[in-house]
Parts: sequence; structure tokens; C-alpha cells
Amino acid sequence: MSRTTFRTPSALPGFGLTFGFTWLWLTLIILLPLGGVILWAGSLGLERLAQIASDPRTLSALRVSFGLSLLAAVLNAVFGLILAWILTRYDFPGRRLVDAAVDLPFALPTAVAGIALAAIYAPNGWIGQWLPFKVAYTPLGIFVALVFIGLPFVVRTLQPVLTDLDRELEEASATLGADRPVTLLRVVLPTLFPALLTGFALAFARAVGEYGSVIFIAGNVPYVSEIAPLIIIMKLEEFDYGAATAVATIMLLISFALLLLINLLEAWTRRRLGHVR
Amino acid sequence: MNRRSASRLFAALALAAPIAFGALPAAAQSTLTNVSYDPTRELYKDFNALFVKHWKAETGEDIKIQVSHGGSGKQARSVIDGLNADVVTLALASDIDAIAKATNKLPADWQKRLPNNSSPYTSTIVFLVRKGNPKGIKDWGDLVKPGVEVITPNPKTSGGARWNYLAAWAYGLKQNGDDPEKAKAFVAELFKHVPVLDSGARGSTTTFAQRGLGDVLLAWENEAYLSFAEFGDDKFEIVFPSVSILAEPPVAIVDANVEKNGTRKAAEAYLNLLYSPEGQSLAAKHFYRPVKPETVSNKADVERFQKLDLVTIDDTFGGWAKAQKEHFGDGGVFDEIFKPK
Amino acid sequence: MSADVAAAPAARLIANPTTESRAARLLLIGLGLGFLALFLVIPLFAVFAEAFRNGAAAYFEAFGDPDTQAAIRLTLLVAAIAVPLNVVFGLAASWAIAKFDFRGKSFLLTLIDLPFSVSPVVAGLCFIVLFGANGYFGPWLDHHGVQVIFAVPGLVIATVFVTFPFVARELIPLMQEQGTSEEEAALSLGANGWRTFWSVTLPNVRWALLYGVLLSNARAMGEFGAVSVVSGHLRGLTNTLPLQVEILYNDYNFVAAFAAATLLAGLGLVTLVVKSLLEWRYGDEISSKHRK
Repeated sequence: MSRTTFRTPSALPGFGLTFGFTWLWLTLIILLPLGGVILWAGSLGLERLAQIASDPRTLSALRVSFGLSLLAAVLNAVFGLILAWILTRYDFPGRRLVDAAVDLPFALPTAVAGIALAAIYAPNGWIGQWLPFKVAYTPLGIFVALVFIGLPFVVRTLQPVLTDLDRELEEASATLGADRPVTLLRVVLPTLFPALLTGFALAFARAVGEYGSVIFIAGNVPYVSEIAPLIIIMKLEEFDYGAATAVATIMLLISFALLLLINLLEAWTRRRLGHVR
Repeated sequence: MNRRSASRLFAALALAAPIAFGALPAAAQSTLTNVSYDPTRELYKDFNALFVKHWKAETGEDIKIQVSHGGSGKQARSVIDGLNADVVTLALASDIDAIAKATNKLPADWQKRLPNNSSPYTSTIVFLVRKGNPKGIKDWGDLVKPGVEVITPNPKTSGGARWNYLAAWAYGLKQNGDDPEKAKAFVAELFKHVPVLDSGARGSTTTFAQRGLGDVLLAWENEAYLSFAEFGDDKFEIVFPSVSILAEPPVAIVDANVEKNGTRKAAEAYLNLLYSPEGQSLAAKHFYRPVKPETVSNKADVERFQKLDLVTIDDTFGGWAKAQKEHFGDGGVFDEIFKPK
Repeated sequence: MSADVAAAPAARLIANPTTESRAARLLLIGLGLGFLALFLVIPLFAVFAEAFRNGAAAYFEAFGDPDTQAAIRLTLLVAAIAVPLNVVFGLAASWAIAKFDFRGKSFLLTLIDLPFSVSPVVAGLCFIVLFGANGYFGPWLDHHGVQVIFAVPGLVIATVFVTFPFVARELIPLMQEQGTSEEEAALSLGANGWRTFWSVTLPNVRWALLYGVLLSNARAMGEFGAVSVVSGHLRGLTNTLPLQVEILYNDYNFVAAFAAATLLAGLGLVTLVVKSLLEWRYGDEISSKHRK
């Protein structure tokens, strides 16, 4: 597809209006506020920025946030795949109910989720009392909260792809003598892989910034269970806006890179599945 | 293609907005906004009712009191960022200092304007342990014994936690012939026994009392007593350490805001009422140590306070301005003790 | 696109080569459901169990608290402003993006998605930096007596920020899929642009639009992190329902806290039920099957 002009000609009206409005609103609500944060951080000067960025406590919080988000996204990828598979391929009682429930973390306020998770995974909670190790108030607690909020993404990304998946491929594989595990591994999984990756990246991106559900269950001990958004809150409460905006900028840059990656993956997914537009 | 449902959908959307607008609360009469810290919720609930009655009797006017509670540092930050507080009643002086310094909305010497360092009530830091004191905790030294878990909020965000920290430091000084290095080592060791740092005093109490975490909670004296009322008498015990700190939660008028809101008279009356016999009685009822105990109507409320060896922030730490910078500022002692070796 | 409808009965007839053994199926179902129970169902159940711990009377008593009632009203108000704004933006953005081809489209899409992966805390910080007393526009606003943060406008802006992509994200894939031929036909028959939009495009995407509205509404009412930073937590004045939950919880008023939480959880459940109904009834007209 080669485009020589900015826009391919079309018979439909309203491009100028809607395109302009989209950019205007986007600028007012998203770009200007984010720009404000970046500008504020930028006014600190490189030296101070480098100093904040290399502060071991900040680095440790970023590590906790990104590391645990990565692990949570991995777990979500595995179980999200299983859930998407059983929801599209199998029939069992209450399937529709389960399907609806998958979106719950999306609709439930994060603070409520955090309080509820802390209550049941605390040492005296419904689940916590049966476990030989501590979950709430440890990094494991953060992990639980991040799994909770990332859950819908993998499932919802995979479902449409699984629904559209051509079963003839599996039949062909079976007639050619492959047994079921081989078919799944060599035929089905590669087709799903781009969507799986997208869902994984979405769950990851969402988990990195999560605050509400995590602080109630995290423990918030420096160098152990302190997440990056909490560092921002703490800097803010110390009236150190410079440091708060600097840490926020670091997180923003990583988020933006991640999203760009997601959209590239999406484009790749579409190309692989032959949805040529 | 059902066109009508689409337009119906839009009609519903258009209708929803005005309904919600109509549900807005009617504009209130004159209001006074008190921005306070975490454990004063119960006190100010009663006190506000008292003040509304008092103000009506004095002036014949109705007044409404808005309150906001949260970690002391967070509350100060909100006022700095423009929260329209008429009065602030925070956990420690340095948070109000910060407001004065960042906004010039009240003078730097605000603390001299009201009696007793502008603190109508004081408190201190005590230990709350589980019933029967299974770990045998009697004093600060017992907190760093192997296997003891200590719950305290985060000194960076909570005022009460800063008092906790300073009380521990005072003990460290006293035990070690005023050697600050040894005091630091003691406090550092103490924080190794802390598994959770909640952002406010309330969070810590919940973690300790509801979630069953930790062996001892470092708490405001009033929070410790209150936990009996909230969670039952049979669950916890209070342990009074050999030394603690005189915590002075100060109150102040935010001058620029009361000028703007036209509420100076009410704000002054509000704070003065805290020092009146009725205000002092309410403070004592809610387990704050009144600064004029002789005026409290129910003597039993005063007699239940134990006599304790209390150090003061001015004598031991050279005032809040110094202590804040040295211990809790960016790169201060508190940051240092958490640095991995 | 109706592959699922055709495939389902066919799959049952020739089940053996293209499905797993019964044991494997049961194992997978067990794993999936166990995972859901551990991370989803039990927490949800806990919310309701705590709310009803002292019986139904105590539960309903929690809603008599004027501060909680004010929080409910405020939450409704914020959503009632934020969601329609999102609808207008979502329709404009999806029209521009789905019906036209232009350069930098995927960059624009990335920007629209941005709020989705921005930490709510950073979102709140943005508005402190812009409108706080020490922020870029703070002094000017203060001079003119306009209160943005710690008041309803701040709550609305923060909510719009957080829910920004939802409606657009539901509409864009569906409108892309539908192409432009119907609109072109309407235009060639003499309808003007608005008429075409109202009579052709909108009916085509109405269920996806409703779904986007539901999603962004649930998210708007449930938002905690961003709103917490700009609220000021004035009881009965700037506390939305999620903030009121935290406050009640810190008041040791656990039953009332969880009772308020059940409202939000209930809202989430209603959203999901309506969504399922929509999908079941208008499955191929809704974009969620093609989402992301």
C-alpha cells in the first residue's frame, strides 16, 4: 500500500471535522496533561533527573513493578489461553456465566478488589489461613492483585481469534497423522501466538501502572514490596513534585513504548491472519 | 436495521445527564472546612456537632462543617495544591510548616498564635499487643528480639509513624548514653522487624487488628484505646514503654483561605472551642490528653491516662524543622536505614 | 464471520480428530475454573459476605448515611458528564479512523490507547501539575476564583482521562469491518453527511456503542487511583463512591464499606449481564468478538 498523499481520497464527508475534533480532544485531555508532567520533569535539568532515575529505591520499585507485572502477565497468558480455549471450544454448564465473569476485574473498582484480596489472602483470611506461606503483604500479594486485574485481557484477545480459527487446519493435521498434542502445539498455537502476545502485552501494560488494588495488599516495604506508582505518591506527599514527575515520566516512556509494541503486534496479527485492509 | 433503537439510546443518554445534575446537593449555608489527619475521625465527628450547636447559640447562624481525613502528609499536600481548608488540624507541626512555606497562606510563626504550641490536646506513642502479651513485650528493647513483628505506618506519609520513629529514636538515645549512631542502629534494627508499611495510622491498625498481622502495633495512645471500643476489650492489651514522646498535633487557621471564604470568625471560634472545657472534655473522651485536664467534666476520662516519661520534640530533636529535614527528608536518616548494605 | 455458528454442530459430529480426550478436556476446564475461582469468584464473594455479615438490616442501614448518599450522587454526576463526552469523542474518532485512510493512523491509535496503560496515579499527577495551586495554570485559576482540582471539574477531567479509549476502542474495529459501502450508497442516493451518519452508520454500530458506554461507565464509576489524587477527600462533597469505600473502611465501619462496595460490584455485574445479553442477541453486530 503506497500512500503519496496524506489521505486516500474518499467519497465520505466529515473527515476534517472528526479528524480535527479527535486531535483537539486528544490534545486537551491527554497530550496537554501528560506534556505538563514531562515538561515539569524536564525543567529539573539532566543532572537531577539522572540522580532521581538512578536512586536505588526508585529503581527497586520499578523492578518490583515491572518484574511482578511480567510474571503476572505470564501466568495470565497461560491460564488466559486455557480459559479462552474452554470458553470457545467446550460446552459445560455455566459456560456463559463464566464467560461474563471474566470481565469482572475490569468493572470492579480497584480499591474494592484490593481490600477484598487482602482480606482473603491475609494470614487469617479464607485462603490465607490454609497456605503455609504468607501471601498478603509480600511481593506475592502484589502478584495476586496484578493477576486479578490483568485476567480479562488475554482471554478477550484470544477469544475472537479462536472463534475464527479454521478447523480444517486441525482436521488436515489429524488426517496427516499428527496426534492431538502435536496438532495443538504445531498448528493451533502458532496461529494463536500473535494474539496471545498482544493479550500478554496488554495485561502487562495494565499491571505496571496499577495502584488501587495493590497498595492494600502489598506491604509497601522499601526495596521489597514497594511499587513504582507508590513512589510517585510518596514523592508527591513529600511536596517533591520534581521527583514525582520524573518517576512518572520514566513510567510514561515505558508505557508508550509498550503500547507502540502492542499496536505493531496487532498489525502483525492482522497480516498473519490475512485480514488485508 | 432498527433506527428507532439507536435514537432511543441517545435520548436515554441525553436524559441521564440532567437527572444526575438535578440530584446535586443544594448549595450549603456557610461552611467551614477542617482538613485533619487519620485518627481524629471520631473526635471531630462529635466536636463538629458541638461546634454547630455552639455557633447557632452564639450567632444564630447555621454552619456546616466539612471534614477530610487522611495521612497527615497527604492532607498537607492537598492544602498546598489548593484544597480550600479553613482550618488544618494535623498530626505534627512540620506538615503545617510545609503549608506555610510552600503557599504563604499562613505566617511562619503560626504555632505561636494559640496556647501550648497550638496543640489543644496531646498524645503519645504506646504499644498495642495481642491479649495476654504472648511475646512478653514490655519495652522498646523487646521489639527487636528475634521473631517479633512490628506494625507501623510509613513515616514518609503518616504523621503518627513519624512520632513512632522519633519515640524509638529517643529510647535508642536513652539506652546508649545519647549516642546518635547507636540510636540509628536501634531504629534500623527495629524497622527490619516491620513487615508492612501502611500509608496511614488507620491502615496499620486494620492490618494489625483485622488481618492479624504482627505481634505489636506502634500506635497513637488514642488509637490504641479506640481499638478496644472498635474491636472488643478481649483482643488486645496496651503496653506503656519506659520512654515515649510527647506528641503535639497542632491546629491552625489558614489565613489566606479564611479571608477568601469570609470564615475567619467561625474558624477562630472553632479552634478556640477546642480549648474550652467542652472541647477539652470531648478530647479526653476520645482518649486525647487534654492540655487543660482540670477543665474536663468527666474526671474519669482524665484519670485513665498513665503518667509516662515523655521526651519532647524540641528538647530531644531540636524542633520539628530540624527533625523533619534530618530524619524524614529526601536522603535523610529514614531513607538511609532502608538502604541495602 | 459466522464461523462459530457453523462450526459448533459440525465439531460435535466429527469430535474425535479435532478435540482433546475427555480427560484432557475435564482437566483443562478444571484448571480454568479453578483459576477463576481463586482469583475472581472468591474475592467477589468475600465482598458480599462482609457486607451482609451483620444481616440485611445493617446492610441497608449503610445507605442511610448522608455522606454515602452524597458519594453515590457525586459518582452518578461524574459518570453522567464523563461518559457522554467519551461517546462524542468515540464517535468522532472512529469516524475519522475507520472510514478514512490517512498517514499516521496507527500512531493516532496508539495515542488514543495511551490512557489505558498510563498509571492512574500518573493521570492524577498530570492534573495536579496543570491545575494545582503550584501548577502551570493554578495561579491563574485561583486568581479567577475557579476551583478545578479538589472539586467536581477535577474529578470529571480525571475520569474522562482514565475512560478515554473505551468507546472509541469498541467502535473502531467494528466500523473498520463494516467498511464504507453503505455510507457511499446513502450519499449517492442524496443523503447529506449528518443524515448518513444518523440513519446508516449509527444504527449499524448501536450495540457496540452501548457496550462501549457500559464499559466506560463501569470504569468511570469505579475509578480510584486518579480520582484519589485530585479529590481532597471532603466528606459529602468530593468523595466518590470508591473513595467513600476506603473512608468507611478506615472508619472501622467495615459493613458499610463493603455494602458500598457491593453497589459498585453490582454495577459491574449488571454491566456484564447486559453485555452478555447483547452478545447473545446481537452477536455479529457487536464488536467485542473482534476487539483488539
